[in-house]
Amino acid sequence: MSEQKHVTRRWLLMGIGVAFNAVVGAAIAVPVIGYLLSPIKKKGTYYKWISLGKLDQFPEGQTRLADFVNPFERPQDGETAKTPCWVRRVSADKFQVFAINCAHLGCPVRWFPQSELFMCPCHGGVYYADGERASGPPERGLFTYQYKVEKGELHIDAGQMPTLADEAKLVTITGKGKSPCLG
Amino acid sequence: MSRLKQLYNWFEMRLQLEGPVKEAALHPIPTKSASWWYVFGSAAATLLMLQIVTGILLALVYVPSGAEAWKSLDELNNHLVLGWFLRAMHGWGSNFMVAVVLIHMCQVFTFGAYKFPRELTWILGVFMLLMTLGMAFTGQVLRFDQDAYWGLGIGASIMSRVPLIGGPLVNLLLGGPIIAGATLSRFFALHVFVIPGALLLFTALHIWMVIKLGINEWPMPGRIVRRDTYVQEYHGLTKKDGIPFVPEGLWKDLFFSAAVLAAVAVCAFVFGPFGPGGQPDPTIINTAPRPDFFFLWLYAVLSYLPPSLETPFILIVPVLGICALLLLPLLAGEGEKSWHRRPVAILLLVTIAVSLGIFTHLGTFTPWSPIMDAWSGDPVPPKMIHDVSPLERQGAVVFQAKQCRNCHSIGGSGGLRGPALDAVATRMTEDQLIRQVLQGGGNMPAYGKNLSPPEVTALVRFLETLKPAGRLPATDASLQEQKAQGAAPQP
Repeated sequence: MSEQKHVTRRWLLMGIGVAFNAVVGAAIAVPVIGYLLSPIKKKGTYYKWISLGKLDQFPEGQTRLADFVNPFERPQDGETAKTPCWVRRVSADKFQVFAINCAHLGCPVRWFPQSELFMCPCHGGVYYADGERASGPPERGLFTYQYKVEKGELHIDAGQMPTLADEAKLVTITGKGKSPCLG
Repeated sequence: MSRLKQLYNWFEMRLQLEGPVKEAALHPIPTKSASWWYVFGSAAATLLMLQIVTGILLALVYVPSGAEAWKSLDELNNHLVLGWFLRAMHGWGSNFMVAVVLIHMCQVFTFGAYKFPRELTWILGVFMLLMTLGMAFTGQVLRFDQDAYWGLGIGASIMSRVPLIGGPLVNLLLGGPIIAGATLSRFFALHVFVIPGALLLFTALHIWMVIKLGINEWPMPGRIVRRDTYVQEYHGLTKKDGIPFVPEGLWKDLFFSAAVLAAVAVCAFVFGPFGPGGQPDPTIINTAPRPDFFFLWLYAVLSYLPPSLETPFILIVPVLGICALLLLPLLAGEGEKSWHRRPVAILLLVTIAVSLGIFTHLGTFTPWSPIMDAWSGDPVPPKMIHDVSPLERQGAVVFQAKQCRNCHSIGGSGGLRGPALDAVATRMTEDQLIRQVLQGGGNMPAYGKNLSPPEVTALVRFLETLKPAGRLPATDASLQEQKAQGAAPQP
């Protein structure tokens, strides 16, 4: 009887020991989950207005390559902090700013002014001058950035790599001076 | 007692390893299993060791920083004694490891070795295969060049297709909003700590089970696996017709492992290291990203899927495939092991192997990708415009200038995205050509907005000259019928 009690007491102590470790472990580990998930931010956090430079570098009726430094740059990013985009100046104050990333799998699309097409070198997605899907595997048109013209400079709302997951942010259907929905 | 023996005894008295090592080394294996077919598992383990050693040596120099990684690879390749060779060994070792692991898996499947009681050995093996592929992909990212950068873009784009949590997953994968330094850091942690740690643990358990449960016997038609009798039968077999693993089985493992290592070294020496390609500068967009060899099949599949099927396919099929592999030994844990009595299994294996082979082959020349500089780089062959009218010659100019060549080949050069046009005039009439050019369709963009009427006329005239000598041009049968009826006297 007394021996059984002994064993029970030690098992109980071990149980408490396990529980103690679990509590301490959880107390330490749970906040660390926050550390792991820290790249996930609220919608819109990864967007900022950035200038692409003076308007006169974008001739009317033409599509030109521009690039900007990501507003959330870190010192170890090196060249990868830069992001290119295609700027189409439709008229004096009407623009379309397309993401470089193909809507299929994110490869860099190239503009061909002669045939007025964007072509993707990866899987052959093709888009018309206004970003609309022309052919190939993409299920929608090119992603567009919102833009505004301020003090003779073109600004875009950018910072996050455009993907199918946040197209709601990137495509605006209505609104003055903004790109039409191209999808 | 010699000094050496004394030293041995000093250690053995403290370590007490002799017993378990002897037991493992001398455990009996079925005579027929001491076969050259059973050498792939040990070769994969040898390659894992090679990868760890070469990986540590590379990590002495490599800098996992978005700003410095490419430069440190350049230093390894060009400025350090044998740095290029170690990079080449690690790169080729990776290719060989994926190949040997796949062959090992095919062998185990063909020999029915996943059946009772080795189900868990197989299940761990499936995870080890996934980790090996994970190592190959993360390793490609650490080679931080243009392919790595845009490969990450593809990874992020696939992640973004996950319903509801796609956006957060992209940020988790990239470590921030874009592909940048934080992305490389986390892939470094995965490639150097997380996956290898798990892979080593799984490998240890995998080998432990192989030793404890015994190597699979050579499958014989009619020798059925049953849960209640198998273990007894296996021990009977090894007792009656068994030989010690060392040296009867091990010498073949040793020979093959050494041969594989030598092959890696020869490939490394002859072909050199993989990349790095261009610097990971996203503003250099004149690039055509390609995945490494073992992901080419996936690259091909992603280009051939219809858009509507793509997201479900990408997200569901891998899960189903992995589940099927994991459940295989649980659902088919008994019965015949011999390939003579498992036609469905063998057909399945052959079908999958042939499909992967074909997709990989397609991935090596990517017929679905436009050739981005064909329009300026590949001229129309002079003989095609030798005896043609000025208008048709003008059409050839339009054909080049409007990038038609990027997707259509003539004279054997140009893109393969669209059909070759060497004989297009035998397939399509003038009207059909005009319609196709203006409206596109069948995966071709519409050129209606981008071509003036004279350009269309010239282009179509040129296309109408594209037919082999002696072949008739395409005709509109109904139009001819109408004409014939119009000409014939009415009844």
